Amino acid sequence: MGLETLFGNSIVTTKIDSVLNWARKNSIMPMPFGTACCAIEFMGLVSSQYDVSRFGAEIVRFSPRQSDLLMVMGTISYKQAPILRRIYDQMPEPKWVLSMGVCACSGGFYDNYCTVQGIDDIIPVDVYVAGCPPRPEGLIEAILKLQGERIGKETVLGRPEPVVSLPVASRDREGGAQETVRH
Amino acid sequence: MNETLQQIKGRFQEAVAVEPGLDGDVVVLADPRSSRGALLEVIGALRDQGFAVLTDLVGVDYLQYPVRQPQRFAVVYILSDLKRRQRVRLKAYVGAQDPVLPSVTHIWKAASWLERECWDQFGIRFEGHPNLKRLLNHHEFVGHPLRKDYPIRSRQPLSENDSLVDELVLRLRQKGLVLPAIEAPLVSPGARVSDHGEEAAPGSPSFGARGGAASAAVIERISALPGVLAEPEFYRDLHTELMFLNIGPSHPATHGTLRALVALDGETIVAAVGEIGYLHRGFEKSTELQTYNGVIPYTDRLNYVSAMMNNFAYCKTIEKMLGIETTERTKAIRVVIAELSRIIDHLVCIGANLVDLGALTNYWYLFNVREKAYDIFDRLTGARLTNSYGRVGGVARDFYPGCGDDILRVLKEAEKAIADVEQLISHNRILLDRLTGISTVHAEEALSRGWTGPLLRASGVEYDVRKAFPYDGYEQYDFEIPTGTVGDTYDRFFIRFYEMAQSARIIRQALAKMPAGPIFLDIKTAALPPKDDTYNNIEGLMNHFKLIFEGVKVPAGELYDSYEAANGELGFFVVADGSGKPYRNRCRPPSLLAYAAFPEIIEGHMLADAIATLGGLNIIAGELDR
Ligand code: SF4
Repeated sequence: MGLETLFGNSIVTTKIDSVLNWARKNSIMPMPFGTACCAIEFMGLVSSQYDVSRFGAEIVRFSPRQSDLLMVMGTISYKQAPILRRIYDQMPEPKWVLSMGVCACSGGFYDNYCTVQGIDDIIPVDVYVAGCPPRPEGLIEAILKLQGERIGKETVLGRPEPVVSLPVASRDREGGAQETVRH
Repeated sequence: MNETLQQIKGRFQEAVAVEPGLDGDVVVLADPRSSRGALLEVIGALRDQGFAVLTDLVGVDYLQYPVRQPQRFAVVYILSDLKRRQRVRLKAYVGAQDPVLPSVTHIWKAASWLERECWDQFGIRFEGHPNLKRLLNHHEFVGHPLRKDYPIRSRQPLSENDSLVDELVLRLRQKGLVLPAIEAPLVSPGARVSDHGEEAAPGSPSFGARGGAASAAVIERISALPGVLAEPEFYRDLHTELMFLNIGPSHPATHGTLRALVALDGETIVAAVGEIGYLHRGFEKSTELQTYNGVIPYTDRLNYVSAMMNNFAYCKTIEKMLGIETTERTKAIRVVIAELSRIIDHLVCIGANLVDLGALTNYWYLFNVREKAYDIFDRLTGARLTNSYGRVGGVARDFYPGCGDDILRVLKEAEKAIADVEQLISHNRILLDRLTGISTVHAEEALSRGWTGPLLRASGVEYDVRKAFPYDGYEQYDFEIPTGTVGDTYDRFFIRFYEMAQSARIIRQALAKMPAGPIFLDIKTAALPPKDDTYNNIEGLMNHFKLIFEGVKVPAGELYDSYEAANGELGFFVVADGSGKPYRNRCRPPSLLAYAAFPEIIEGHMLADAIATLGGLNIIAGELDR
């Protein structure tokens, strides 16, 4: 419309979606689901040397209801799996999941009776970070990737459908197969 | 055979045998039927002789062991005499049919969780155990994973976590806080508190909203508990019911993996139970498939805050089994790196604990230093956190030029940060009120609970593996063992400051007289050849290849060895069958016995103080659950 020319530089017109997404991208509130060694590197990420606040993701929330990025850091055992699933379900949409370290991504070198072979059996994952543990730089890269490629695709009217997946146990137990060997 | 064991032999005649082991004598009870009766008596006799501490209780399954054993299973009790600095192993064989042994929980509190773990992993029952539930695996798990016939990849998903209500009710009942009249609504029909984990009812009610109405008699008893403040009469009506509150495992103060269920009267905890296993990742089973050097990366992930100490502890155990001692230079390197790791471990403990208590500033001060130390580790080992720096017979690399100076520089910065933090907190009234007099554990009790390291020393017992069973040349260094006086959270927290000062002293001494020479022993069957040889001549390459692929051949035998890690006595009990891979690898984690005590020692204290107590125990889940 060219209406803004009437007001000079004092007003900018844009879409609500762009503003919301811009804000969302630059104020990620991570929920650290840290269970093991990887979580120790997360402590490095949030402290002074790596300082994740430079990328707008330092407001760590331990309540899933107040966060939009679930950072799964560490080995997930079958005992832990129902809890991870519940935490994910408690997060409001829109939400993203970062899987840190080989354990969360694939079970890592714990290919045994008690370890979930990758959290994508339980919840959807947006970005995987390799390493055992990944260095804080790796996490920063993952956050930048999320900001660049995943976060900010929403529109106010057309929210993406929440991902529905089966709870762990019923999926793994289908067909009565207790032994789920993966290679 | 020493005098003590001769007496034992004389008293029990053919019921026991005393065999020489790799690390001293082993008392063996071979016959399950007679040993079942004799076990408690022999333990009693050993206790009278001074072996008063239960250091570890280990199950072994000999199903695939090349040499036939009298029975399929054995339970090994590792007993220590801290005064005379001796250890003895007592081995009781158990048959495959109906594997049962009498419980020793009435003798040592430490036995409670150790026996539960043994039941969980091997299916050996302990008669007389008050609550023999699974410990590491979940309550829907079927079978016993450390048995040799359990396939390692047989995975069993869990549909719903255990509510723990049955255990809490049991605990309330033990303390006389549940009266029959109110017990009924607490436990759902069909839920039954049983002795054996497998039969225990999983379907107890959810605990969120409900608790039991407390009667006047219960209120009476609660008010009489030590630690519960005396209240004016008119407050009494406030105690209408106990509230059950679940803490963790996904809770910032329980670090993602620890769980407790507490019964609260107002804000005071009247009863508590704990649950672990959320980070159980099969260390002991997985490492049976690795060569001895291949186990080292797994050890990194036990206590991942001071990973290299675990490496060295494991290498030391294997070296002892091989009957070798590494070079003088490597010993000194190990000492320097281990003490630096101890400082980092304590820094993280103090920093994280203060964050939990709401004092964030200190965390930045301490973590900056940690990052600087990690830069050194990074340069030295190629990794920041999981370094895998130890090798059987040596270390992966020698110090880089200037490494010693870097360490000294970081040490100085650490000392400054520690002094700053100490100034910030040591006179802080809020902090002191939350630490002093809370969750006091006296020396006697700490020993019974199997506590070691800073926790035991905080209770006033001067036991340190570096002094009691010296290794890596610790006897050459001049250092003291700080001890606490009371054994409360304050002591457990502040003792770490003193320990860091001692570690710094040791590092300076070790760097000052760092011996020159090779980092690997020149023993082709045990230690890796120097990298120059591996890359430049065929013998070196072959030697390297064989050691990596087939593994170091450790002669058949069994051995327990310990190491003073940051959290206490880190022990490995290894059964070797002569091949390049361990037949059984047991890790004795100091954190396990520390957390086993946690639910009991917070009873009678405020919920908020329990968080401080937990921080003071410094539980590292990787080593707790393995
Ligand atoms: S990926 Fe490696 S560092 Fe991370 S939790 Fe797993 S074992 Fe630990």
